[in-house]
Amino acid sequence: MTTPLLEVDHVTKDYVRGGLFSRQNVRAVCDVSFQIDSEKPEIFTIIGESGSGKSTLASMILNLNQPSEGTVRFLGNNLSELRSQEDRTRFMAQVQPIFQNPFEAFNPLKQLDHYLFMTARRFTQAHDDETAMRCADAALVKVGLSLAEVRGRYAHELSGGQLQRIAVARALIPSPRLIVADEPVSMVDASLRMSIVNLFKTLRDDLGISIIYITHDLATAYYISDRIIIMQHGKVVEAGEAKTVLANPQHEYSKQLKNAVLIPLI
Amino acid sequence: MRSKDLNSIKSDHQSDTVLSVQGLKAYYRTTHFGVNREVKAVDGVDFQVQRNEIYGLAGESSSGKTTLIKTIAAALKPPLEIIAGRVDFAFAPDILKMQSSDLDDLRWRHLSYIVQGSMSVFNPVRRIRQSFVDFAFRHINKSRPEFDKLLDAHLARVKLDPGILNAYPHELSGGMRQRATIALATICRPDFIIADEPTTALDVIVQKNVLDMIKEIQKEMRSSVLLVTHDLGVHAHVADRLGIMYAGRIVEEGPTQTLFRNPRHPYTTHLISSLPRIGDDTMRKGLEGAPPSLASPPNGCRFHPRCPLAMERCRHEVPAMTTIGTEHRVACFAITT
Repeated sequence: MTTPLLEVDHVTKDYVRGGLFSRQNVRAVCDVSFQIDSEKPEIFTIIGESGSGKSTLASMILNLNQPSEGTVRFLGNNLSELRSQEDRTRFMAQVQPIFQNPFEAFNPLKQLDHYLFMTARRFTQAHDDETAMRCADAALVKVGLSLAEVRGRYAHELSGGQLQRIAVARALIPSPRLIVADEPVSMVDASLRMSIVNLFKTLRDDLGISIIYITHDLATAYYISDRIIIMQHGKVVEAGEAKTVLANPQHEYSKQLKNAVLIPLI
Repeated sequence: MRSKDLNSIKSDHQSDTVLSVQGLKAYYRTTHFGVNREVKAVDGVDFQVQRNEIYGLAGESSSGKTTLIKTIAAALKPPLEIIAGRVDFAFAPDILKMQSSDLDDLRWRHLSYIVQGSMSVFNPVRRIRQSFVDFAFRHINKSRPEFDKLLDAHLARVKLDPGILNAYPHELSGGMRQRATIALATICRPDFIIADEPTTALDVIVQKNVLDMIKEIQKEMRSSVLLVTHDLGVHAHVADRLGIMYAGRIVEEGPTQTLFRNPRHPYTTHLISSLPRIGDDTMRKGLEGAPPSLASPPNGCRFHPRCPLAMERCRHEVPAMTTIGTEHRVACFAITT
């Protein structure tokens, strides 16, 4: 058996709230386990309402936060044991994030290509401008843009859809194995949303990148996911094949979620 | 079946127009260091809203939705200027020419507004009850104990416990806060309610509850609602009629069911066909290109650079709104000629 790409093993995360005398534990994530196979790239979706712990889970997968109990292993390595800068950089190159609001993800005072070059210099062998530029251009081509379109532009000059594409391109520069996308389309205009969602499909099929897609939108989740888990109050209430789960939800909460989807009349 | 639906909608309103917008143009005009800049956020909009109707306005960000609402509510601040057109309410003819003191009497009593971020409606350092008193007390000619009684009864209508009146805004969940803003907007039983993205920040389950509640209150009060959101699922759920806005203009308008079953404008067609549905695996496509900048919109039909049906004529001429069916109007040369 090969080592799984990502292994989330009975992970729990507590946040402490209040001061010295009024300590309160808030359990954001409670005993969550799942695996993503390294051989077969897939789109793994985490669905849940706000406060269900899905973003906390994402931050633990990205190693921005350590779990209170349990372990997250990436290719067999426990993330909390990554000590040296070298190990961490290697890990970061393989697991890349995409955030919700593309207008906030980029510094409004910097040109967009600056981000691409920084990522290229940090994570790839590009030590001079020319190679960095080539890296950036190659990544942009993968998302249907080119460096010529992005060069010298600032974040406010582009639409949300284009910015989110650039965010995806930035994440592609280090050739990651896994992308963690936290609500990537909720801030994108309706006419451009499907092009981002379709882009994720292309990444999985052509580049073999697994994607953890975090959302509360069941319709897009149904459209792109292979497997899903549904979270409520930090616990996984239902997990399985996306099509089966969403076509016929078993848990009370999943049924409620499905009923709340506003289905256009046709 | 469809004609029956339309008839029932029609007889219900008895063409009792509450809001009529004619040829409205509102631009943002700025001068920086002698450089004049003009953003044509609303550029020739005509529509009407009937009594006891929910009119949905759909459009993406920067399509001029919010500017349109501001103009309708006569909340004009420079650099926003009215260039042409008029807005008439049944209770306030030509609202754009009214004095601000008259507007104060009108607002909340006849015309109220459910705003987007429920967090920023209530004063964060005062209890919810104080906000209700600030906004609504002077519009209701009642004594303070009577007002409090009315408040309790009204909160029950939006399924909130009267106890929340003594809470601070941050102590409520997003859904409760949004319900409290709806209660605030409807307490004077206004004739016309403008709802700007009332559910964008909410979860799917809460969203459905809030929408059902808006619908219920509207039916009970027989008021009109102008519902603005980019989410077509929301419109399908609550709106009676729907106007699709693109780059400062309404490009298609019709009863919601007709628009969803038989969209005619290429933009509407795209929006509706791109909605993913559970149980449907067909490939969806995004639209090429980006929404135009309103500071320098394309000539002619503003959709032509992204339109699959674009013709030579679309580049120079602006298509007019043409009636193509019962209450169904569209602005597109490819459809109307």
